[in-house]
Amino acid sequence: MTTARIAAPKTAAKTPGARARSRRGSKPGPRALAYIFLGALVVYFLIPIWWLFVASTKDVQGLFQGTSGALWFDKTFALGQNLVDLFTYNDGIYLHWLGNSVFYALAGGIGATVLSVLAGYGFSKFRFFGRRFFFSVLLGSVMVPLTALVIPDFILLSDLNLTDTIWAVILPSLLNPFGVYLMQVYITDAVPDELLEAARIDGAGEFRTFMQVAFPLMRPAFVTVLLLSIVGTWNNYFLPLAMLQNTQLYPITVGIGLWEGQASANNGGGHSLWGLIIVGALVSIIPLIIAFLSLQKYWQGGLSLGAVK
Amino acid sequence: MANPDATLAGAPLARETRPARPRRSTKSRERRRGRVGWLFIAPFALVFIVFLVAPLLYAFYLSLYTKGLATGGVPVFSGIDNYVEAFTDPVFLGGLLFVIHFAVVLIPVQMIISLAVALILDAIVTRFSRFARLMIFLPYAVPAVIGALMWGFLYSPSFGPLQQLFGAGAPFPLSPDNVFYGLMNVVTWQWAGYYMIIIYAALRGIDPTLYEAARIDGANAWQVAWRIKVPMVASALVLILVFALIGTLQFFTEPSILAPVANGSITLGFTPNIYAFNQAFQYSNVNYASALSFALGIVVFIAVYIFLFATRKRGSFLK
Repeated sequence: MTTARIAAPKTAAKTPGARARSRRGSKPGPRALAYIFLGALVVYFLIPIWWLFVASTKDVQGLFQGTSGALWFDKTFALGQNLVDLFTYNDGIYLHWLGNSVFYALAGGIGATVLSVLAGYGFSKFRFFGRRFFFSVLLGSVMVPLTALVIPDFILLSDLNLTDTIWAVILPSLLNPFGVYLMQVYITDAVPDELLEAARIDGAGEFRTFMQVAFPLMRPAFVTVLLLSIVGTWNNYFLPLAMLQNTQLYPITVGIGLWEGQASANNGGGHSLWGLIIVGALVSIIPLIIAFLSLQKYWQGGLSLGAVK
Repeated sequence: MANPDATLAGAPLARETRPARPRRSTKSRERRRGRVGWLFIAPFALVFIVFLVAPLLYAFYLSLYTKGLATGGVPVFSGIDNYVEAFTDPVFLGGLLFVIHFAVVLIPVQMIISLAVALILDAIVTRFSRFARLMIFLPYAVPAVIGALMWGFLYSPSFGPLQQLFGAGAPFPLSPDNVFYGLMNVVTWQWAGYYMIIIYAALRGIDPTLYEAARIDGANAWQVAWRIKVPMVASALVLILVFALIGTLQFFTEPSILAPVANGSITLGFTPNIYAFNQAFQYSNVNYASALSFALGIVVFIAVYIFLFATRKRGSFLK
């Protein structure tokens, strides 16, 4: 499916390139250079992940006094034991963090996407007083650094006694002005006014027109904004770090940050904690890597949304 | 983007030719439709007001007060004193200078790498280039915390590979002299692939007949890349630059994760955001932290605005 969809424009672009190459004939130089350049980049971008995988298979002894180097496996293969340690350490708090991360990412991501779709549709398909002004305000807010909002958000929520609850992480994550902008751009192009008008003349209410006529046409942008919002919430560190005290509520990013602080604070007893951090980091990146590899056909097209316009 | 002026300007003209009664009903129908439009926007508007407008106003209000020993711990109105203090505070200014310097060096490097990779991936389409595209993008799926942690390990004298490569004289990328480049490497690794994918997607959106026409006119591959491809993706480049600028000026996650393993070269005021965080949570100095957050927000906003103004001919974002 993926290949079929991507192949179509490619063959179109390939023919002139292929012809130009055959004209140059005996000059394979640039192409070989391009391959070497790409190959070097692939190695560079994969090395940290490779290191993480290799290090996850080592026991503490192998990690610090291993003989086969940092980038290769040690004599003992301890990945299974490391995973057991990870999931049982401190009554399995790591699983708690993983569950929290999934919950925050889904709740914040889905919520932000739904709000973006509704607002994007409202801005794109309705004419009302103040529309242009509020859309300019929205675009201006894309430039407000979101982390500059974390401390003000914290102060506000602490006055409402909402800090150190799941709401302190989820509610601010619902704000995604860039998602609204993306949806507005996409809907203006992809949902024709005539179609909506026809649905209204046929007697469909505004909500039904939105759900049954407009929404199916927005699906690619919807999936993209959803993916971007989920990744944004999943990767967020500053917001939960500021909001949460109770370690039981931590997402994985803040949890691993906590372990890192503890491990570097006491170098003696910290040794076994470094092993947990490494295997914990490995486990934490697997869900998103799988999601990105399997959802390629959605994000590859969708990421260009804001850029092509 | 459809021009709203066109639709709005077109409407009265069309109405003029119609008889009086349907006009009024069209008008009232449009007004009712406008209200429905507000209903669609309302949920987002609520979140926008509660989590963006209100906190900013509240933080601004708090930033005008000062709480100290002299006032017995009671906040006292002090006007712009906190801002005067912030912009004369060597720690804040040092952090600000660092992130601006960082942005000025990092962003061009990042852009050149991601543009070069996107152009190469656009020009050669093979199984390997498809694989390379995915692998270069992969770090985007890794949280910044984990990315910084992995590089921290790779830099580490106790279990990183640098020691094995260079022996005892191995450079430590987080030492005070090197930390700038150590961090630059982490951020480039994390984001270059994402920027590359955006540029690449924009390149794929160019009509290939343009290249054919250019070749008939005698342009070579380099000229096609520089004269056609790069100008055609200019708006994508502007968008990425804006994101990179905003992200870099509010630098927080990577330096705060690397601080515990950096042996003191990442200080409590290393970047403005780290400084504001420590003022709020280490020293419970909420009023000053609010002023710092606000000052940083203003600096970022002005920087982005200047940038967009300077490139307004090229990008359509915010037109």
